[in-house]
Amino acid sequence: MIVALLGLHVVVGAATLAFSRRLGRLGLVLGAVPMVAVVAWLLSAAGGVLDGRPVVGTLEWVPSLGLSLDVRVDAFTFLMLLIVSGTGTLVVAYAWSYFGRGPEAGRVAGLLTMFAGAMVGVVVADNLLFLYVCWELTSITSYLLIGIDDQKAEARAAATHALVVTAMGGLVMLAGLILLGQQAGTYSLSGLLSSPPSGTVTSVALVLILVGAFTKSAQYPFHSWLPGAMVAPTPISAYLHSAAMVKAGVYLVARLAPAFADTGMWRPLVVSVGLTTMIAGGLRAFRPFDLKQILAFGTISQLGFMMVLLGIGRPETTAAGCALLLAHALFKAALFMVVGVVDHQIHSRDIRELPQLGSGWTSIKVAAVVGAASMAAVPPLAGFISKEMAYGSLVDGTGGDRLVLVGIVVGSILTAAYSIRVAVALVGPAAVRTEEPAPLVAPSPAVAFVAPPVLLTAATVVLGTVPLVWSGLIDSASGALNQWSPTHGPHVHLALWHGVGPALVLSIVTLAMGSTVFALRRPFARWQAALAPRTTGAEVYDGVVARVLSGAGRITAVVQSGSLPVYVAVILATAAAAPTVALVTGGWWSGWPDAYGRIGQLPVAALMVVAAVAATLATRRFVAAVLLGTVGYGMAIFFVIQGAPDLALTQFSVETLSVVVFLLVLRKLPDRFEKPAPAMGQPLRIVVSLAAGAFVVVMALAASGARTAAPVSQEMVEQAYPKGYGHNIVNVILVDIRGIDTLGEITVLATAAIGIAALARSSAKPRRSGVEHHRREVGG
Amino acid sequence: MTLVMVLVAGVLSSCGTYLLLGRQLSRVVIGIGMLGHAVNILLVLSGGDGGRPPFDGDDPAGFADPLPHAFVLTSIVISFGVISFLLALAYRSWQVTGNDEVEDDVEDRRVATHGQGGAE
Repeated sequence: MIVALLGLHVVVGAATLAFSRRLGRLGLVLGAVPMVAVVAWLLSAAGGVLDGRPVVGTLEWVPSLGLSLDVRVDAFTFLMLLIVSGTGTLVVAYAWSYFGRGPEAGRVAGLLTMFAGAMVGVVVADNLLFLYVCWELTSITSYLLIGIDDQKAEARAAATHALVVTAMGGLVMLAGLILLGQQAGTYSLSGLLSSPPSGTVTSVALVLILVGAFTKSAQYPFHSWLPGAMVAPTPISAYLHSAAMVKAGVYLVARLAPAFADTGMWRPLVVSVGLTTMIAGGLRAFRPFDLKQILAFGTISQLGFMMVLLGIGRPETTAAGCALLLAHALFKAALFMVVGVVDHQIHSRDIRELPQLGSGWTSIKVAAVVGAASMAAVPPLAGFISKEMAYGSLVDGTGGDRLVLVGIVVGSILTAAYSIRVAVALVGPAAVRTEEPAPLVAPSPAVAFVAPPVLLTAATVVLGTVPLVWSGLIDSASGALNQWSPTHGPHVHLALWHGVGPALVLSIVTLAMGSTVFALRRPFARWQAALAPRTTGAEVYDGVVARVLSGAGRITAVVQSGSLPVYVAVILATAAAAPTVALVTGGWWSGWPDAYGRIGQLPVAALMVVAAVAATLATRRFVAAVLLGTVGYGMAIFFVIQGAPDLALTQFSVETLSVVVFLLVLRKLPDRFEKPAPAMGQPLRIVVSLAAGAFVVVMALAASGARTAAPVSQEMVEQAYPKGYGHNIVNVILVDIRGIDTLGEITVLATAAIGIAALARSSAKPRRSGVEHHRREVGG
Repeated sequence: MTLVMVLVAGVLSSCGTYLLLGRQLSRVVIGIGMLGHAVNILLVLSGGDGGRPPFDGDDPAGFADPLPHAFVLTSIVISFGVISFLLALAYRSWQVTGNDEVEDDVEDRRVATHGQGGAE
């Protein structure tokens, strides 16, 4: 069933994309179908899944690679699916009004559906490789979504930035997943969690996987792609950066934490990165004036918070993390939508120039205030419940927990402060405004436009005031994560009032301090401007990209030198060095061969060596050609000595012919060799040459002792006359046994002859070539 | 195999490689010729220490191995084809440019000098 739902996303997404022009915004209706179907399926399956009976399914894909579409929906996946598909449905409804009759609605719908399908795949996958495939599909679809406005260079750059960072993290993660799978002997996620491997390899694998999760969930120092991605239309930001894409990393960490939190670097790494992200993101949220940018850094900060809670891997913090996941999706999506409505109507989201929103905007203002309040953890809202759970889960712990708690409180104070900033900017902008706004002439938004954020806000209020509604869901979800851990932990009960305790005190302190920070925003801003690092993450990314490109340019300049001799030297040096090393380090030595065989070899050898060295050193073309001929005649004598008269005859005639051809050409060329600029240094040239010679000697010596079987030619000798009717066995081999090869050889010679004729007969001066002609035209 | 001919093959390969790494096409041709000779020596040696010419009717026990001979025969002829073609190229190069120099690829040199500053 789930596999079918996945398929539905793909089919509907592809169809919507294919007909996006014709469908227009009707595509949004079509695109919502799979998301609604998932929600409907969730409701029908809720009873069993939440009672701890996961729904599983499988579809073989590439069995030989251990790759199958294993799916498994337990209560935590249920929670994720609710967020992904529930928010997705509302986002699509919101997009209906946002895009109106604009041309991009159809494309956005198709891509959103594809993206939602990939996201559903990530959370239902029970196979590490399947999960990875879906993971990268979310990267690719989000690339297309962020860059939807492909006429804008800014959008294209932001989309590339997101893709480069998340896909690179994904590749690192793939290495980790494979290491982990090999270590565990299974690629099944549930199998892995039920009997987790350990050891050094596992620790390394986990760090690699965490890098993937950090890039995806925009953790420091990989966060810089997320603020840039805000160039996308707001519905896309609301979906990708509140509910879906960025939660994939958090999801994976949550899945693995109960089994692996104690292994290697996991806990210190996740907690330190998460806390850094939470605090740095919170600080950074004060600086931009663009509401979407503020929300973007707020999202980064909240993702750090979730990373910490779900990464610690203990039942209490995990439960708090689950609650935060849902609460964050509700308030962040609502806030993005609110900002989108304001931007759409007023064409500005700069808090320095927003006008006072009047009548007709009440619902938007309420949604803004409630969303921001939930983000700041004001009771009685969903955000408050999750944050108090987080405080409660860490208050009773060890010294390390206390330290984490301090970090979270600091992060939450900042969260409260920038939440107030967002709310004030939308409700009472005079307090944060620095410029006189244009009078508000824009119409208030239509009911359909406002409905999705209002629905999300209503959910925030309901979950906050009646915690019983989601208590069971969070309990089951965190229970599913801790399914295999030895300590299941107590059941979770969500409540608004936990009595007067440290958690409540901390909540009050957080809100009070947050308000103070906001009240002192002007000195705070000055202080921050003085202390904050001058370099932003985006600039670091740009710098890295520029370095990589210039480095690639430099490497190309070296590797692709354009000099034929250099290429040949590299090839020959490799061809000489690699086999020689392999031979010498292996058991190659089988003793010295005879010094010489037939006595005639000695004078021939002396003749050939002298002629070859002389030909190499010759400064006159004619001399070199004749000396090469001498080597060739030496070869012929050698053939005679070895008992190969056919070869000797051929060598004599070919060598004579070669010398003739040489002389024909040398008649034209100057007598002495010129001295063009050498392609490489003389020592290098000599070293490569000697290496090639050494390789030949070593290879021949190794081969001399390597024969183990009788020569195949024995049978050829026996059959030459009876079958081939030839007394000359070499001839029989050439024209009979290897007849086809000889035909090929003749073909090669014929081709060479045609080429030679063409080269020799063409006119003396070449016609101007096409390339040169073109260059002249463009003046290059 | 005999040590002395193995060493001859080694010397021919070194000389051939040295010539191959030069810039004058006519020297490259000579280098290729030498490399061909070196390989042919190895092929013949792989058939053992030689013997009487392999003609049917004699006692097969004293024959040189005929199979390497067949290979070498092919190799000699192909080497001749290659050398002739390269000489024709050298001739053509002289016709066009006035010498037989193997020049660097202009386009690649341009990439090398301009590419240092990063993407274009």
